[in-house]
Amino acid sequence: MQSNAALEYDYSVAKLFTLTTILFGIIGMTVGTLIAAQLAFPQLNYLIGEYGTFSRLRPLHTDVVVYGFLLSGIWSTFYYVAQRVLKVSMAESKFLMFIGKFHFYLYFVGALIAVVTLLLGITQSKEYAEFEWPIDIVIVLIWVLWGISVFGIIGIRREKSLYISLWYYIACFLGVAMLYLFNNMALPTYFVSGGIGSIFHSVSMYSGTNDALVQWWFGHNAVGFVFTVGVIAQIYYFLPKESGQAVYSYKLSLLSFWGLMFVYLWAGSHHLIWSTVPDWMQTMGSVFSVVLILPSWGSAINMLLTMKGEWNQLTDNPIIKLMVLASTFYMLSTIEGPIQSIKSVNAIAHFTDWIPGHVHDGVLGWVGFMTMAALFHMAPRIFKREIYSRKLIDIQFWIQTTGIVLYFTSMWVAGITQGMMWRAVDEYGNLMYSFIDTVAILHPYYVIRTVAGLLYLTGFFIFAFNMIKTMTASAKLTEEPQHRTPMAA
Amino acid sequence: MFHWLEKNPFFFAVGVFVVIAFAGLIEILPNFAEASRPVAGLKPYTVLQLAGKEVYKKDNCIACHSQLIRPFKSETDRYGQYSLSGEYAYDRPFLWGSKRTGPDLHRVGNYRTTDWHENHMWDPTSVVPQSIMPAYKHMFKNIADIDTAYAEAVTVKAVFKTPYDAPNGTPLGTVDEARAAALEEAKAITADMKNQDVKDAVAAGKIPEIVALIAYLNRLK
Repeated sequence: MQSNAALEYDYSVAKLFTLTTILFGIIGMTVGTLIAAQLAFPQLNYLIGEYGTFSRLRPLHTDVVVYGFLLSGIWSTFYYVAQRVLKVSMAESKFLMFIGKFHFYLYFVGALIAVVTLLLGITQSKEYAEFEWPIDIVIVLIWVLWGISVFGIIGIRREKSLYISLWYYIACFLGVAMLYLFNNMALPTYFVSGGIGSIFHSVSMYSGTNDALVQWWFGHNAVGFVFTVGVIAQIYYFLPKESGQAVYSYKLSLLSFWGLMFVYLWAGSHHLIWSTVPDWMQTMGSVFSVVLILPSWGSAINMLLTMKGEWNQLTDNPIIKLMVLASTFYMLSTIEGPIQSIKSVNAIAHFTDWIPGHVHDGVLGWVGFMTMAALFHMAPRIFKREIYSRKLIDIQFWIQTTGIVLYFTSMWVAGITQGMMWRAVDEYGNLMYSFIDTVAILHPYYVIRTVAGLLYLTGFFIFAFNMIKTMTASAKLTEEPQHRTPMAA
Repeated sequence: MFHWLEKNPFFFAVGVFVVIAFAGLIEILPNFAEASRPVAGLKPYTVLQLAGKEVYKKDNCIACHSQLIRPFKSETDRYGQYSLSGEYAYDRPFLWGSKRTGPDLHRVGNYRTTDWHENHMWDPTSVVPQSIMPAYKHMFKNIADIDTAYAEAVTVKAVFKTPYDAPNGTPLGTVDEARAAALEEAKAITADMKNQDVKDAVAAGKIPEIVALIAYLNRLK
C-alpha cells in the first residue's frame, strides 16, 4: 500500500466532466440568451422553424444548464474531491475506474439524446422533468452508476471520517434519486393499450392537484438538491483549500447540514400558494421556507467567516473573489426566496418575471461562480499547468457580475410592475389594464435582461477560453500547489 | 452521535434519507384521495381533445400560459370563476404552468372562439397587435397523433378507472370508432375555420394539429 504522501490521484473522469461542464455551459447559456432575446424581439422565434420557438427552447435551456452544465460540474468536482478527502486513488480499483468512465459516457450519450427529444417536442411537459420514460430509464442508470462510484470510493477509503463535502454529495445523490423516481412515475400507453400509438408516450400516475404537489415537491427540491446541496459540497472543499484557512465552525456546518436536510423538502408547496392544494399545505410551505433561511445562511456565514482575518486574499486572488461573491449571492437568493413565499407577497410575485429573476441571482451568482471557481482551482492540479491568465479571470468576473446585477434588477422591476398591473383597478373597481398592456410595458426590461444574458455569456466564453488555454498552452508545473492556485498574469 | 455517523456511511445515508423523506409523506399523502375526486358532471376528454392536449404539451404552452385562476377578484374578473381542485381530476399531467408571459387559459373556451384561435395561432399580432407570442404555423401542417391519444384514453380507463363509455359520458369504443369520432369532431371545428389546407386535410381524413389544439382549448371552460 502506498503512503499517503506519495498518493497519485487519478483525474481521468474528473477531466472528462470538466470538458462537458464547459460544453454544456456554452450550449445552455447560449440558448438562454436567445430565449431572453426572443421575449424582447419576437422575430427571433423563427430561426430554425418549429424547433426554435421560445416554448420549445425554454426546457432546452433549463435542462441543459441544470443537468448538463451543473451536474457535469458537480461530477467533475466529485471525482476530484472524493479521492482527496478519502485519501484513496481511483486507480487503485479497476472496477471503480470502469464505473466512473461508464458513468461519464452513458451520461454524455444520454444528454445528447435528451437534447434531440426536447427539440422534437417529445416531453411530459413537467418542468425540469420533461424527459419521457425511455430517457428516464437511462437517467436512472446514470444515477445508479454515480451511486456506485460514491459508495464504492467510500468503501475503499483510508480516511475513516467523511468530510463535510461528502455529506452533501451523498445527500445530493439520495435526494435527487428519491424525488426523480416518484415524480416520473408514469405508464407507457403503448404497452397498456396493447401496442397502439407512439412508444414514447406515457401518462402520469398522478392527476391534477396531486400531480402538481408531486411535481413541485420534485421541482423545488430536485433543483434544490442539485443547485444548493451539490454546490455547497464544492464550496466546503474549495474555499478552505484555496485560501489555506480551516472551516470556521464544525458545529455550524453540522447545524446547517442537518437543518437543510430536514427543512428543505417541506418548502416545495410554496410553488402552489393560492392554488387548489389545501391551505394548510400552502402555509406549511411558507413557514418552512422562512425557516430555511437558518441553514442556508448558516452555510454561507460559515464560509464567509472562514475568510476571517484573510480578507486581503479577496483583492489578490480572483478565485477567492469568485467564491466569496458566490456565497454572498447565495445569501441574497435564500432571503429572496422566503420573501416570495409569504402569501401576500406571493400573490404579487407568482407567475411574474420576479421568479426567473430570483432563480437567476441564485444560479448565475451562486452556482455559476462557484462552479467556475472550482474548475479554476482544479485545472492546475489536474492538467499540471498554471492558470493561463489571471487578468482574464478578473475581466470575466466584472463582466459577469454586471450581467447578474442587470438581470435581477430588471426582472424585479418587471415582475413587480406586472404583478401590480394585473390587480390594478380604477375608481369604479374595474380592471385598469388589459393583459397585453402588462406585456407591452415589459419590453425595456426584456431588452435589459437580454443585455445581461449577453454579458454573462461573454464572461463564460472568456472562462472557456482561459480553461482551454490552461489545458493546452500554459506554463507547466513541476509540483502540485498546496493552496493558492498559481496563475500567469 | 454525529462523529459516529460520519464514520459510518451506511447509517449516515439512512439518516439523511429518513430526514428528507418524511416531509413528502406528510404533505402529499393525507390529501391524496380527496384531491383526485372529480367535480360533479366532469367528463373525461374526448380523443381529439386529448390529441390537442398533446399538441399543447409538445409545443410547451405551459412555458408562458397558466391554467390556474387564483381566488382574487382581479383574477376572477379577468378570467372567470377561480379554479377548483376537482376540475383537474382527469388532467395527467397537470398543466398549471408557473409563469404568465401570456394570460391564463383555464377558461379560455368561455371567451375565445375557433376562428379567433385559428387567426391567433397563424399570426398572433393579427388579433393582438402588441403580442410577443410566436406564430405556430407548423400546427396547420403537422398531423395530430390520434392513435396515441386513444392509447392514453384506454390506459387511463383501464388503470385509473377514468369513466369513459359511461352513460351520458364520453364514449371511447374501439380504435376504429375512436378515429371516426375524432374525425367527425374535427369536421365540426373546421366548419368554423378558413384555412383551405386544413379543410382539405380533414376532408381527406387527416386531422392537423391545429384542429386538435382548438378542440382542447374550446374544452377549457
